[in-house]
Amino acid sequence: MPDKMSTRKINSYQKQKNKQEMQKMVVSFALMIFFTIVAFALVILEVPSTYVIPLLLILAFVQVGFQFFYFMHLKDKGHEVPSQIIYGGVFVTFLVALTFTAITWW
Amino acid sequence: MSMTSAQKSGFGATLWDWLTTVDHKKIGILYLAGGGFFFLLGGLEAVIIRIQLISPENNFISAGLYNEMITMHGTTMIFLAAMPILLGLMNFIMPLQIGARDVAFPFLNSLGFWLFLFGGLLLNLSWFTGAPDAGWTNYAPLSIQSPGHGIDFYVMGLQLSGAGTLMGGINFIVTIVLMRAPGMTYMRMPLFTWTTFVASILILFAFPALTVGLFLMMFDRMFGSAFFDAALGGNAVIWQHLFWIFGHPEVYILILPVFGVFSEVFPTFAKKRLFGYTAMVFATFLIAFLGFMVWAHHMFTVGLGPVANSIFAVATMAIAVPTGIKIFNWLFTLWGGSIKINSAMLWSLAFIPSFTIGGMTGVMLASAVADYQYHDTYFVIGHFHYVIVGGTVFGILAGLHYWWPKMFGRYLNEVLGQISFWTFFIGFHLTFFIQHFLGLMGMPRRYWVFLENQGLDTGNLISSIGAFFMSFGVIVFLINIIYTTIKGKKAPGDAWGSGRTLEWTISSPPVHYNFKQLPLVRGLDPLWIEKMEGNEKMTPAEPVDEIHMPNGSILPFIMTIGFTIASYGFIYQTGNKYWLIAVFAGMAIALICMLIRSLKDDHGHHISKEELERVGD
Repeated sequence: MPDKMSTRKINSYQKQKNKQEMQKMVVSFALMIFFTIVAFALVILEVPSTYVIPLLLILAFVQVGFQFFYFMHLKDKGHEVPSQIIYGGVFVTFLVALTFTAITWW
Repeated sequence: MSMTSAQKSGFGATLWDWLTTVDHKKIGILYLAGGGFFFLLGGLEAVIIRIQLISPENNFISAGLYNEMITMHGTTMIFLAAMPILLGLMNFIMPLQIGARDVAFPFLNSLGFWLFLFGGLLLNLSWFTGAPDAGWTNYAPLSIQSPGHGIDFYVMGLQLSGAGTLMGGINFIVTIVLMRAPGMTYMRMPLFTWTTFVASILILFAFPALTVGLFLMMFDRMFGSAFFDAALGGNAVIWQHLFWIFGHPEVYILILPVFGVFSEVFPTFAKKRLFGYTAMVFATFLIAFLGFMVWAHHMFTVGLGPVANSIFAVATMAIAVPTGIKIFNWLFTLWGGSIKINSAMLWSLAFIPSFTIGGMTGVMLASAVADYQYHDTYFVIGHFHYVIVGGTVFGILAGLHYWWPKMFGRYLNEVLGQISFWTFFIGFHLTFFIQHFLGLMGMPRRYWVFLENQGLDTGNLISSIGAFFMSFGVIVFLINIIYTTIKGKKAPGDAWGSGRTLEWTISSPPVHYNFKQLPLVRGLDPLWIEKMEGNEKMTPAEPVDEIHMPNGSILPFIMTIGFTIASYGFIYQTGNKYWLIAVFAGMAIALICMLIRSLKDDHGHHISKEELERVGD
């Protein structure tokens, strides 16, 4: 890469922002690990499947959200095009899932 | 420049240069060469098919070999010829059009090419032991029950080349999003760059479905799973869905880039701005968007029910609207222009009526009720050859004639170009127009022979004669390439004198860093704007400074060899467990290469300011 971050001076405002960003990342990472532990615990503890399945789905959706918005920077400014491409991908995935549930397996 | 220096050094050094290259232009040429080779193979298979069908109850090849021939013809033409040639054009031209010095991930670019090439070679090695024979769509349960290793070669070969294509697609998206020259906003990008962008998004979304389908097929055939085995609770229709969720976007991956080519050729040779630029971009996106919800029109006769069939029929017909917008925009671009006719223009002009015929039969096929009559007949064969040959192949040839001087510094010969155009064009219509009627008369596709005196004899004879015309056209084109390489007329930077986009601002062929100074883009058709203001060349956006370029690497090549050995092992380990050694050894080679790539820092090299100033422009 032509510009190396280490050789560039970063102003204090940028430093402050980076620090906040890092905090958010760590918090969401910790939360994701926690969710995963909860998911495994629910299955190991043999909670009835009527509760487990919807709970797992909710946990999964939240984790996907963290992944996209925090780790893949979808929330940031200047990421409009990549976000749109990812929403497109989500739409296609949704269509595929819909097909398999609606016309193949019903 | 790099070409001439390579010619001076020995054969070994030249070979090493091409094996290790990460230059997008050289990789583009490699893609063209690889795709061209497979195009000839696929063409040979087509000729054999047409010789078999030249007369009723012919015995030119056996029934089993005929099945292998049609399977390999389809697979080769789609995956190993049309798409790689398009990827080659994109690779070479797109970075030049947006004013970039290379693609975003040069290493990945090289890896993508080698994976495609070795995937294709692996697939074709199956000829020695029995090629795949379940049709290019490889429907289960036929493909599950096919004996021998043919289908295994299909699965592993496409998996490898598919991975390569996916890498190419991701690479192009990132390049276009991040590496446009100063001033090159999205709505100033040339149409070919736009269609590359949209086709790459389609690759990104569509290929995973194929990957999943191929993996399920691999597990069913090699490891005893039962995804497609109804007797064990599987469902064969899943393969059809997965294949067509990939397969339908795939046809737009094939056609959108050539829409881009025509949108470059028409304005250049009509000396007019592309009519309805914004509408063209919008139509491209609309086609891509709709292209993802029409796959079940390949499955109307499966029995999805009237509701599903109607939804997919209506969605399919809707695609005719954005495509129609494009056709009219091209016509309006030509209208009132000062038109120059040459080979590139002939291919483009021939595309319009040919593709429109294909589009009309497409709307006929989209009607679910009528499709029960057309399904699996030669009507379908006629339709998709009109869109793929009349669209993609014409577009590729138009693009090759148009950009050949840019890529190789010499013009393709005009006389030979027109001979190959007319023979191919006439042959194409002879071959495929009559097939619509053969289909309506009830001739089914994929049949080895047809009976005498059923009204099919003359039609098939005409069709086969057309195929010979097409072969002649291709041979003349090959002669043209050889002739041009030896004696072709040298081309200046702005080879056609009426270039509008950034690739015409630099020398032909371009230096390996493309732009000495990145150009400042002041609007759509940047070169044209400068010409209209009387400027000789582009305004630079930066002072002359050292240029940072990536280093070549042999790792992608070795990594690919590793994966190929592993694929071979996977294919044969079903019969003999010793082949697992090949699996482990191959994977080890690939993983070690990845490890080296991760651990060894490679910061590329810099071209110094002094060297740049010495070279001049």
